[in-house]
Amino acid sequence: MKAMVYRGPYRVRVEEKPRPRLEHPNDAIVRVTLAAICGSDLHLYHGLMPDTRVGHTFGHEFIGVVDEVGSSVQNLQVGDRVMVPFNIFCGSCFFCARGLYSNCHNVNPNATAVGGIYGYSHTTGGYDGGQAEFVRVPFADVGPTKIPDWMSDEDAVLLTDATPTGYFGAQLGDIVEGDVVIVFGAGPVGLVAAKSAWLMGAGRVIVVDHMDFRLEKARTWAQAETYNFTEYDDIVVHMKAITDNLGADVAIDAVGAEADGNFLQHVTSAKLKLQGGSPVALNWAIDSVRKGANISVIGAYGPLFSAVKFGDAMNKGLTLRMNQCPVKRQWPRLFEHVRNGYLRPSELVTHRVPLDDIAEGYHVMSAKLDGCIKPLVVPSAA
Amino acid sequence: MPLTAAYTSQKPPLAEPVERLRDRIPGWGVDLDPADRPSFPRESLDLRPEGANWDLPEQQPHSGYRERSIEHADLTPVFGTAQPLKGVSGAVRRLAYDRYSEGRAAHWLLLMAGDRIDVVGSTLRSFASTRPDNLIAETGIKAEFTHGGARSRLGHGRADLHHQWLDPLIVAGPWVLAGFGAVTAARRVARLRRAG
Repeated sequence: MKAMVYRGPYRVRVEEKPRPRLEHPNDAIVRVTLAAICGSDLHLYHGLMPDTRVGHTFGHEFIGVVDEVGSSVQNLQVGDRVMVPFNIFCGSCFFCARGLYSNCHNVNPNATAVGGIYGYSHTTGGYDGGQAEFVRVPFADVGPTKIPDWMSDEDAVLLTDATPTGYFGAQLGDIVEGDVVIVFGAGPVGLVAAKSAWLMGAGRVIVVDHMDFRLEKARTWAQAETYNFTEYDDIVVHMKAITDNLGADVAIDAVGAEADGNFLQHVTSAKLKLQGGSPVALNWAIDSVRKGANISVIGAYGPLFSAVKFGDAMNKGLTLRMNQCPVKRQWPRLFEHVRNGYLRPSELVTHRVPLDDIAEGYHVMSAKLDGCIKPLVVPSAA
Repeated sequence: MPLTAAYTSQKPPLAEPVERLRDRIPGWGVDLDPADRPSFPRESLDLRPEGANWDLPEQQPHSGYRERSIEHADLTPVFGTAQPLKGVSGAVRRLAYDRYSEGRAAHWLLLMAGDRIDVVGSTLRSFASTRPDNLIAETGIKAEFTHGGARSRLGHGRADLHHQWLDPLIVAGPWVLAGFGAVTAARRVARLRRAG
C-alpha cells in the first residue's frame, strides 16, 4: 500500500509499505478514504517530538471503510463507514473507566505520561497513522463509530480531532455567562474553541494570532474580535487595555509547542529543540487574564521541560486545566451541534492534497502558504 | 488622576447585551449549563465506553524485546509495532528506555539523539538502495511554485519568515559539521598510516 513516510525533519515522502495486519483479536484494518494534516503533525515533521522514527507514517485524523476485523470484534463489520478518534483507548483501564479516554493506560508501553495516538511517534505507542491507504485500528469495538448517513466526509474527518479538541478547550475554561475569553491561535482548533466559547455563553471572544488570513477566518467563521500580535509592541498590555485593565476571565492556548512571538523561546524550542515547546502563547495567556482566572491548554507540547511563567500563574491564583481531548466523549453533543449548524467544521478546509503530493502538503501547512488553514489528504485508493 | 473601574469591586459591563449575542451568534449559550458539556464532570465511573467487554484486554502476542517506559509495571496489553528498534539509533533509544524514567531529561535527550542518528543513518543507507532520498523533493519545496510561495511572503501570509535566516544554519549545519568531522578523521587516519 502507499503511505506517507517520515524521512527526517522537514522531509516526508510516499512509499510502498506492507499493508497493516491484525495484531490483536479486537483490531480492525480500515481502508482510509480521507485524512488530514493536523497542526500538531508539524511538531513531528519539524523533528520536535522525541522518538519519531524514520519510516513512521503520520496521521491521527482519518475516516475510512472497515476492510478486515479481528476475531473478537462485535460492533463493526467489513464495509462499515467509520470515523476514528485520534485517541487509541481500551475502554476498561482505570482511566478509561472514569472517562479519561485520552489517558488510557493500556495502549502505550513507551510512556505513562501520554496515551496512545495514531501516527504520533513511538512516544505515543508506536502506531502508524492514517495518512496511508490502510491503517491498523486497535480496540475496534471501543474507538471507531459508524458515520451517520447525514454527515459529510469532511465534517466527519474534522470531528476526529480538530473540532472536539477546540470544543474541549472551551470546556476546560469553565466559561460562565458573560465571560471574556481570549483564544491564542487561529488555527482550526483555536477557531473551534472560539466558536465553542460562544456556545457556552461567553460575553466576548477575542482571538490573537499573527496571520491575517486566519484572523479574517476568526472574524467571519467564529464571529470573534481579532488582534494580530505583530502589530502591538506588547500584546499583553494591549489585552489588559481592552479588558478594562483587569484581564480576561478565561484564556485558551490553542497554539502549543511552536508558538512564535518571542525570539528566544521560538528558537530554543522550534529550531534547536532544547525545550519541549515554546510556551509563548501560554505565557501570554497567564499574563493576559485576570487574577483567579482559568487557563485552558489544548496546544500540544513535547515531554521535555518548557520555560513557563508559573510564578505569575501561582501569584495570580490561576487555574490551569489541560489534557488531550477524549474525543469520543464529545461526539454525541458535537453531532447535534454539527446537525443544527452551530458548528460547520468542513468550512475550515482549505486544501485537498493527493497522498502522492504529501511532501508539498506538509510544506504548505508548515509555512502556511496559500492561506492554508486545514489541508486534507486524499489517499489514492479512496 | 481618577481611578478607573479596574480599582472598584464592579465587574465591567458586557460590551454587547446577551439578547444581541443570542441574535447574532447561532447557538449562543446552548451549552451554558455545565451539565450539557460532555466533559463535565471530568471523571465519573458511569463513563465507561460501550464495547469494552473485558476487564483486562487480551494481551497482544509478542516475542523478543519491546521497549517500554520503566514507569510501566509491564508491557501494555496492546502496543504499536510500526518501526522496531534497530542499529545504533536503536541502541541509544533502548538505553533511554531501559535506564531512565520519563521524569529524567536524559530519557528524552537520548531519544532525540537517537532520532538524529536514525535520520543520518537512514539517509546515508538510502543512497545505497533502490530508493535514495531526494533531499530536495522530500521538503515539498515544489509547493513554493504551485501554492503562492512568493505571494505569501507579502504581508502576514506565511509562518516561516521571521526566523528563516536561521534555517540554513540549523538544517545544513549538522551535515556540514559531520562532513568536516569525517574529512578531519580521514586525514588523521591517512597521516597516521603515512607516519606508521
